[in-house]
Amino acid sequence: MSWLKRLLPSKIRTESSASEKRGVPEGIWSRCTCCTAMLYAKELEKSLQVCPKCNHHMAISARNRLVSFLDQDSIVEIATTVVATDWLKFKDSKRYKDRLLAAQKKSGEQEAAVVMKGRLHGLPVVACAFDFDFIGGSMGSALGEKFVQGVNECLKSHSAFICFSASGGARMQEGLISLLQMAKTSASLTRLHQAGLPFISVLTNPTMGGVSASLAMLGDVIIAEPKALIGFAGPRVIEQTVREKLPEGFQTSEFLLAHGAIDMIVSRQDMRTAAARLIAKLMKQEAPLSMELLGI
Amino acid sequence: MNLNYLDFEQPIADLKDKIEELRHVDSDGGVNIADEIQRLEKKAQELTESTFSKLTTWQKVQLARHPMRPYTQDYIDRVFTDFDELHGDRHLDDGATIICGVARLDGVPVVVIGQQKGRKTQEKLKHNFGMPKPEDYRKALRVMQLAERFKLPVITLIDTPGAYPGIDAEARNQSEAIARNLYEMAKLETPIICTVIGEGGSGGALAIGVGDCVMMLQYSIYSVISPEGCASILWKSAEKSAQAAEAMGVTADRVMGLNLIDKIIPEPIGGAHGDYDLMAVTLKSTLSEQLRKLSQLPTDQLLERRYQRLMAYGLR
Repeated sequence: MSWLKRLLPSKIRTESSASEKRGVPEGIWSRCTCCTAMLYAKELEKSLQVCPKCNHHMAISARNRLVSFLDQDSIVEIATTVVATDWLKFKDSKRYKDRLLAAQKKSGEQEAAVVMKGRLHGLPVVACAFDFDFIGGSMGSALGEKFVQGVNECLKSHSAFICFSASGGARMQEGLISLLQMAKTSASLTRLHQAGLPFISVLTNPTMGGVSASLAMLGDVIIAEPKALIGFAGPRVIEQTVREKLPEGFQTSEFLLAHGAIDMIVSRQDMRTAAARLIAKLMKQEAPLSMELLGI
Repeated sequence: MNLNYLDFEQPIADLKDKIEELRHVDSDGGVNIADEIQRLEKKAQELTESTFSKLTTWQKVQLARHPMRPYTQDYIDRVFTDFDELHGDRHLDDGATIICGVARLDGVPVVVIGQQKGRKTQEKLKHNFGMPKPEDYRKALRVMQLAERFKLPVITLIDTPGAYPGIDAEARNQSEAIARNLYEMAKLETPIICTVIGEGGSGGALAIGVGDCVMMLQYSIYSVISPEGCASILWKSAEKSAQAAEAMGVTADRVMGLNLIDKIIPEPIGGAHGDYDLMAVTLKSTLSEQLRKLSQLPTDQLLERRYQRLMAYGLR
């Protein structure tokens, strides 16, 4: 607040939100983060945060993603009691505890991932989604445990597993314990595969570091959303190490597809259909008799 | 100033230099040189003990990265016998950053896999400063699967600043190479013993670090991100590395305190670089002891135990 505003009586004072500064009325309109087109918020919600003008895939919350992905009325959230632990009493400019509280307040979630059990075009599935807004979707002990509980639920209910990653990597504030979540989540997938259950890994913007170098790259089928940033080391770190300019489109979904790292790129609106078609075949089920799947 | 000594080692180094000088002086005056040498040696010993009894976290980080610290090849030469190096990922490259081979530990055939940093410039370049590329991890996996086929225990020696962050490494899917090793090591049907001998740098270390027994040398470090990386992200300044190292708890005693490793292997007074042979003797006897224990477990029990250990990471 400027000194001038501070002097004004509170009745006259009007808090200006960030969206007003951009000239966008809060809640009704928003801008595409890529082509800057003005978009009707309701419309954007319907298009799953994909810009109807330029097809840019913007961030979507874990909850909204899963609710829109699974069959309605089939959804049960699981692994809800797992909460983060401040193992190290970690403190940088802020306490880790406070960062957690702030993230929880902002997102309304307890952790950077949500896990739900339900059906996908009638097929039994468990789906996990990362929330990039929650401390960069970083993987700490609670996230690792939630992922494992999702896998275990698949074993119990003979379901396929789908994970939407969106993460900067391991959660530094939990130290080595977060690094070990890479080993823990990867190990849990050995049981899923022994049980003959498919794992579809969906990479969304961004999927980096320890998440990319563990669960995300272990899908039986790996799908990416268009133009997502995917890699092990961040572009800045690589640039500083090799001291040369990175090639155009480096570490994008399209780059990974061209280099054989992923199976396909699928738009968010088509993800339900794409995943269901794959899972039905891998689980030797009849093709789901849904209108969407028949391409009508 | 000798670059092979850390700043806090300098007073000890000075004393040792003086002792060396005295040894070369002819004993012709009235001074009894032997007595003087003995006196200085005692002093050097006391100084080393007192310096190493109150090391800060950052000093331990420096020791883990000490230019004279024994590397994988030094242990291969001293701990094992009958070593045959195996090369190549069978697709693209030798994979020289991770040394692999079959050898004997106390006569028992084993597979040895370890990251090598390289000491002289040429060696550093050859081994890419200890930063493995996807080919290195794929070669390590190939050799681990060979171990599984012939039921040989796997012994890994971890010493890396981290997996290589480069354009070629990304293009060849560094992430997948690491992820694949984590997955395969979780179910490899033979005992795996991992020891952090220097730097346990992030995913690049963990990619050969999943096992039935995980140990750290006393002055080694193991961390989710380098202290420099953590400092530049969270403190916005790489100069806060010491603080970051402290906050993340990267030292063997902190990691042990969180129950994330099985054992700390003590180093000679003054650190492993002060006495390669003694360090190798301790490492050898510890590895043999752990191997004897693990070898008694039937494979299904071994794998179930490994799985449950992994699942317990991060549970209160």
